[in-house]
Amino acid sequence: MQFEATEDRRMLADTLNRFLSTEYGMDVRNAAAYSAPYHAPEKWTQLCELGTLLALTSEEQGGFGGTGFDVTAVFEPLGRALCPEPALPALMAIRLLAAAGHDLEPAMSGTTTYAVAIGEMEVPYGLDGLSTTARPGGDGFRLTGRKSVVYGGHIADRVLVAAHREGSADDKPGVFAVNAKDITVSGYGLIDGGGAAELFLEDAPAELLLADGTAGLQDALDAGALALCAEAIGAMDVLFDMTLDYLKTRKQFGTPIGAFQALQHRMVDLKTEIEQARSITILAASRMGAPDQSRAVSMAKNLIGRTAQLVAEESIQLHGGIAMTWEYPGSHYAKRLVMIDHQFGDADYHLERVMAAHQVA
Amino acid sequence: MDLSYTAEETAFRGEVRAFLKARLPYEIAEKVRRHVELSKADMERWHAILNENGWLAASWPKAYGGAEWTAVQVHIFDEEAAMAYAPRIVPFGIHMLGPVLIKFGTEQQKAEILPRILSGADWWCQGYSEPGAGSDLASLKTRAVREGDHYIVNGQKTWTTLGQHANRIFCLVRTSTDGKPQQGISFLLVDLDTPGIEMRPIRLIEGGHEVNEVFFTDVQVPCSNLVGEENQGWTIAKYLLTHERTNIAGVGHSNQALEQLKALAKTQRRNGQRLIDNPLFAARLAQIEIDLEAMKITNLRMLADAQKNGAPGPESSILKIKGTVIRQAINDLARRALGPAAAPFPSEDLDPNLTIAPRDHTNTAADYFNNRKISIYGGSNEIQKNILSKTVLEL
Ligand SMILES: Cc1cc2nc3c(=O)[nH]c(=O)nc-3n(C[C@H](O)[C@H](O)[C@H](O)COP(=O)(O)OP(=O)(O)OC[C@H]3O[C@@H](n4cnc5c(N)ncnc54)[C@H](O)[C@@H]3O)c2cc1C
Repeated sequence: MQFEATEDRRMLADTLNRFLSTEYGMDVRNAAAYSAPYHAPEKWTQLCELGTLLALTSEEQGGFGGTGFDVTAVFEPLGRALCPEPALPALMAIRLLAAAGHDLEPAMSGTTTYAVAIGEMEVPYGLDGLSTTARPGGDGFRLTGRKSVVYGGHIADRVLVAAHREGSADDKPGVFAVNAKDITVSGYGLIDGGGAAELFLEDAPAELLLADGTAGLQDALDAGALALCAEAIGAMDVLFDMTLDYLKTRKQFGTPIGAFQALQHRMVDLKTEIEQARSITILAASRMGAPDQSRAVSMAKNLIGRTAQLVAEESIQLHGGIAMTWEYPGSHYAKRLVMIDHQFGDADYHLERVMAAHQVA
Repeated sequence: MDLSYTAEETAFRGEVRAFLKARLPYEIAEKVRRHVELSKADMERWHAILNENGWLAASWPKAYGGAEWTAVQVHIFDEEAAMAYAPRIVPFGIHMLGPVLIKFGTEQQKAEILPRILSGADWWCQGYSEPGAGSDLASLKTRAVREGDHYIVNGQKTWTTLGQHANRIFCLVRTSTDGKPQQGISFLLVDLDTPGIEMRPIRLIEGGHEVNEVFFTDVQVPCSNLVGEENQGWTIAKYLLTHERTNIAGVGHSNQALEQLKALAKTQRRNGQRLIDNPLFAARLAQIEIDLEAMKITNLRMLADAQKNGAPGPESSILKIKGTVIRQAINDLARRALGPAAAPFPSEDLDPNLTIAPRDHTNTAADYFNNRKISIYGGSNEIQKNILSKTVLEL
């Protein structure tokens, strides 16, 4: 058994951590995260040059990674820095493009910015019941529908869209590529930083990538959820340390508040839950590509959902008023940790998936 | 055991309901329903409407312009007002300073200040906390040194809620460093336009401006602005704390928030199902509902006790702890109910025509984050537990 990351991945994570801690401090982060375009394009270019996207791509596809542990090695540092750069849509796009046997060069080099549009207002999580439709038209397809809260949709050049082919016998969503200029994009900032968009497609010209996109889309969602788990681990580690440090320095009643046993036990509980969350994320990373990938990812996303919220709420509470302020970095970590549960399936959604797996087994 | 309200209480509820229906301005209720920040004018307008009816200072004696309601009547009003989406009464003048002056103030202070609270001529804010004195309030350092017929005040207050709207602040200040820290504290009234005072905004986690810090540099305050005796401030603060404790559970607001959440869960659709038909979600909702039903009775039991014994006992800490936990659980579930639609930042940049979350729920996540405060302020839940274990359990 070997729980250390490989040399290569450690080096990658170190590189990213170093870059982010020097170039992407809290002031830079907040300035980028909360005003349009809700990220820092020049920093994103630099992150790509450091190999971020190559690490998310397999060797066969021209990258040097692409496994579950590569995903976690990239996203933990991003989580530590609370980085709002669009690595998540890039990861999901790369997996979908690879599944379609498409040229990855434009995505990996960053010359084309992709977003992946699956969720809709009434289908926020998963693939069941999507209502966006594709009909044959022109020399490809025409898409009609609305995609909601598409992460990175506000800055995408090209969007990979899940849609049903009109008149097709099966009920399987296909994957189509549309150009952002052919659709209406309403972008906005998010409460925890970063940006997203509502996409309105009205007979938008589209290229078919995958006729049956079920497996590809599920894989992209799994990879996205795993990335979010790793991001949460990174953010939880930082917020926990910040809280611990505060308990040791903040004095009330003539003593550091960390001397109160009522608070000590709660910190121990947090530590315990974070270690559990780290373990399930390792498990999920190890199952990427295996038959039980989706089940393992759902287990991880459920536990992360529960733990991240606990860490966020307890950290605020244990700090007292100070962590309620915008100025204190901890508040932004807390927001991100809570809102991660709103991306690609909340704790209940993934719990249901784990429950469903019982029925099959 | 009889859980029913008396005939008079039921009649009173009807009267309150009719009043709210007739007098609560629609635009204001809409803002409350949608969790949109109220302007100063909104709050003043609502106060004026209540005051016109003699209902603004519900528990003050009639002699001072209050309604002199019983604790049960106050509870009934709060419940009805919350369900009608009435704004909460700004507590600083009405619920905090008023009762203090009525108990400890000079006749002149009462005659001058109480009518100005009722008329809205003064907006008070509360200057207790300091950067170094939160839970350990008695360690406060803001100094007031007597020079002739003035105090000279130096120091800093923080977390001053709605200070940006206020023209006056009531402060706990240090007037002596002898003996126990509690023994050297005084209760002082300060005009915010006195030279040497600077107020700076603090932005909260969700982006709103609700609290401030206030800096005092050689601020001259007339000695006649002292409430009670010099160095009696701690006694006054403790009296105020017990006063703050009735309706501390916020049952009315939780009730309203839960109704709003149920309505949301019936309209939100998720993967071909109404959210309320999802068993996991429905279970969470039902659990909160059970907790809240129990809380309503716990609250009434403590109200009945308070009515009998004159003041709420230390058991009322239970109301603060459980009441805030339930409130926060409702905020949490409302946020979850929206799924990804909870995520957009409710800022001016967001196109108002772009419906993502339902109209009444664009501020739901912001509200969830903002309401993390309720288990921190007014004596944090940890401090409440310390009080309970010490005074009730005698541990
Ligand atoms: C939004 C907001 C509005 C506010 N409005 C006002 C206002 O208008 N006027 C005003 O004067 N104040 C106001 N406050 C201040 C509020 O009363 C304080 O935040 C509160 O008393 C806690 O103090 P603190 O923030 O300094 O936390 P600290 O006292 O530093 O506490 C930090 C943590 O340690 C815990 N802790 C402290 N002592 C103990 C102990 N003995 N045992 C176990 N745990 C302990 C606390 O519970 C908390 O979890 C407001 C605060 C907020 C957040």
